[in-house]
Amino acid sequence: MYVAVKGGEQAIQAAHQQQAQRRRGDLNIAELSVTQIQGQLSLGVERVMTEGGIYDQELAALAIKQACGDQVEAIFLLRAYRTTLPMLFTCAPLNTQKMRVQRRISAIYKDLPGGQQLGPTFDYSHRLLDFSLLAEGLGKPTATQEADASTGSNTEANTEPSLQQPFSRVFNMLEQQQLAKPEVDCAAEPADISRDAIHFPCSRAARMQQLSRGDEGFLLALAYSTQRGYGRNHPFAGEIRCGEVALEICPEELGFNIEIGSVLLSECEMVNGFVQPKEAPAHFTRGYGLAFGFSERKAMAVALLDRALQAQQYDEAITSPAQDEEFVLAHADNVAAAGFVSHLKLPHYVDFQSELELLRKMHQSQHAPCANTGYPSGNPSGQPSKQTVTKETDNAKV
Amino acid sequence: MQRFNQHLATLDADLGYNFGYLDEQTKRMIRRAILKGIAIPGYQVPFGGREMPMPYGWGTGGVMLSAAVLGRDDVFKVIDQGADDTTNAVSIRQFFAKVCQIDTTTSTDAASVIQTRHRIPEQALKHGQILIYQVPIPEPLRFIEPRETETQKMHALAEYGPMQVKLYEDIVKYGYIATSYAYPVMVNQRYLMDPSPIPKFDNPKLNQSPALMLFGAGREKRIYCIPPYTEVASLDFADHPFAVQQWSEPCSLCHSTTSFLDEVLIDDQGQRMFVCSDTDYCQQQQASKQEPCHG
Amino acid sequence: MDNLAYVLPQTNPLASELPLLQAEQLSQWFAPGKGFAPLDLSLYRGEVLAIVGESGSGKTTLLKALSGRLTPQQGQVLYRHGEQAANLYQISEAQRRNIMRQDFGIVHQHPMDGLRPRISAGGNIGERLMEVGWRHYGDIRAQAKSWLSAVEIDIDRIDDLPITFSGGMAQRLQIARNLVTHPKVVFMDEPTGGLDVSVQARLLDLIRKLVSELQLAVVIVTHDLAVARLLAHRIMVMKQGEVVEAGLTDRVLDDPQHPYTQLLVSSVLQQ
Repeated sequence: MYVAVKGGEQAIQAAHQQQAQRRRGDLNIAELSVTQIQGQLSLGVERVMTEGGIYDQELAALAIKQACGDQVEAIFLLRAYRTTLPMLFTCAPLNTQKMRVQRRISAIYKDLPGGQQLGPTFDYSHRLLDFSLLAEGLGKPTATQEADASTGSNTEANTEPSLQQPFSRVFNMLEQQQLAKPEVDCAAEPADISRDAIHFPCSRAARMQQLSRGDEGFLLALAYSTQRGYGRNHPFAGEIRCGEVALEICPEELGFNIEIGSVLLSECEMVNGFVQPKEAPAHFTRGYGLAFGFSERKAMAVALLDRALQAQQYDEAITSPAQDEEFVLAHADNVAAAGFVSHLKLPHYVDFQSELELLRKMHQSQHAPCANTGYPSGNPSGQPSKQTVTKETDNAKV
Repeated sequence: MQRFNQHLATLDADLGYNFGYLDEQTKRMIRRAILKGIAIPGYQVPFGGREMPMPYGWGTGGVMLSAAVLGRDDVFKVIDQGADDTTNAVSIRQFFAKVCQIDTTTSTDAASVIQTRHRIPEQALKHGQILIYQVPIPEPLRFIEPRETETQKMHALAEYGPMQVKLYEDIVKYGYIATSYAYPVMVNQRYLMDPSPIPKFDNPKLNQSPALMLFGAGREKRIYCIPPYTEVASLDFADHPFAVQQWSEPCSLCHSTTSFLDEVLIDDQGQRMFVCSDTDYCQQQQASKQEPCHG
Repeated sequence: MDNLAYVLPQTNPLASELPLLQAEQLSQWFAPGKGFAPLDLSLYRGEVLAIVGESGSGKTTLLKALSGRLTPQQGQVLYRHGEQAANLYQISEAQRRNIMRQDFGIVHQHPMDGLRPRISAGGNIGERLMEVGWRHYGDIRAQAKSWLSAVEIDIDRIDDLPITFSGGMAQRLQIARNLVTHPKVVFMDEPTGGLDVSVQARLLDLIRKLVSELQLAVVIVTHDLAVARLLAHRIMVMKQGEVVEAGLTDRVLDDPQHPYTQLLVSSVLQQ
């Protein structure tokens, strides 16, 4: 006698146990601490913070540990935790002009006020596996560090951390020369996509938020597609800067801003192809990207897409996926995407049963004479058989 | 800071989370969306969906609705594919047992709130019960028109011709309407609605139901509702009327001839048997037949 | 002469009723030389008006503005149905789409622009019926068949996809799809444009027959004076977005006043 499968609870418990063992790995090897992840896997931590939507290195590191290093899973953990946090304050707009810059480069001027500062980057390192990193627990500098120290005496770029006063953004200079239009605050209350559903067409505020939280891989690929001709926008990296920016709030009781800390940010401003409007001088267009931590690849991708999504505003033909607001924004979130793809693992017995039943019905009518259907049975056009069975959702596309 | 302290005070001391996981403000936001949905039956209300501790596509919409409507006196039942013991149903039931510490049940009759994926229980629902559906794609027109901006316009202007054309084409191709689940319905003669991927077998139970029906799509951030005693009509043609699935044999366990049957493969020779997908219903049928007074 | 020429007669020589469709000071300029300058026109029940001119003269843009598909920069379009006159661009989008669905027909130059290529011919014709509430499969098919015959398509093709049709047949299907709900006004943009000469003649014949049988009012855009001569009661000649001459078809073609019209007519004669 058949007995329906029972014991889902025990099965789930066992699965959790196995996953916990797999996470911990070999018990003879010391457990990885959250502080170690925070300190030594900082780029991973910063990506998880950006897409998880919480600036907290410790929690992001914890999420990475708990997720066995799976970034998308770690981002999801952080997002789910974010749901439980109350919103206490909205901070004052960040002033990235006052950033304590650790890295700042521009690809459009050889030298400029503030100078080029490379800061920490992989940009100029040879991607050779550094086997000296295999030697653990030694306090000596590694081969990579030594090699970079000997060749890295870049005359154009100052690699020392900035001790200067805050310096002007590249775009401020372009604006002064009327080569770019200043960004103007539209004065509307910005949307908050973490609180309200996004509506299309959406505001720039909502778009920037969705892009900042969007999956780095997806955005990178779309940004790349604009460079390969699918919605070209002629970009130059106007300025990329990374560093600490003060976070200020204005408590009602005080009535003025106070500094409550700082966040490490990467900001990218792209200079894009120019336009020549009737009522204003010809000027470059621009795209903007911002991310937590040293995440300049992400910030650049966001800036390229921010510009691509301004296509309508500039009366450009919308021909490519990267210019299509609904396509880009509705599919950028990896928590949503991973969830929906993985839900295919859930049981679909009932729907599958319904499809089975339909298919069997079709089998039957294929064998039966074709008289009961009330439509001409002949097919004089010689088209492919109309009994071809495709999935119902495909048929629905007209 | 005062607001934060209030928030802390409402947290369950042992758990570290508020009753029902969500904070009270979020619950109120969801309840407002539910009220709007009840006022406009079948209309998809956008709401500020939150990330939940289970993945999108695994019932976050239903979980948010449950979190917003459950009270301390509620008795909660969760089914997936009609069964109480499928892993996802177990997981969601455990979640609410933990964050609400309320009673749970597998009995359709005893439950005040039922969260479901892909089925409506066989046993008729009662006035006062709430049935909460998990919805993957709330937009019935999505596979006809992928753009939200367009489908919103089609709903606003009740331009549902293309959906009827799709059914027409089915009849041309197959001789009948070849949609077996997530079968589109017209609610209160106004809004076209996706009843979630329930088999069309369950569609008639939507019409004039005494229970309140709530539909939650977490990833798509939409809520829609069917208030009790609302007309819900499955789309069809006068000369090709809507019809539900039928089986040629009864349930092998309880011998019911009126329930939705799942097919179970019992060996690798293609031998199969049919059993009720609704486990609670099947067990009750078996129990009532074993009682000596009925014997 | 030029100033007077672009004002069409405001009274219908055939009847004393109000115009069905009326444009007042209507204009749409995209860029210098693109679009059309302010103009007035009226169309009466059962009347065929041809808008002729070379490509780039603004006639297709004008057709879009007249048919509710392009909000003009200036002026208005009035549509009279029953007792009421609706100002196409001041009523709500819902009302406008309702008028377009029920009372207007639009025949595009390329039939696939006006057909659903992956829906059967019957479904294409039936769509408008289903939009206005038809829910009987057999009745919808009966209507589709009778319209297929009316446009001289073999009714056995009812379940075939438009992509399997020849150009002329697809164009006739597009016309059937538009006429099935008995619209009051049909807008046609170069309906014989991409077709062979012999196919053109047959299609023109069909259009003329349907227009007179159904008492349709038609605005037809064409660069072909022969098409205008055959179908139109009145004609409006456009050049670079300006109406240079307008009047009864025979008068304009037999006694053209404007040099541009004279040029058009003489070039046809020389062929």
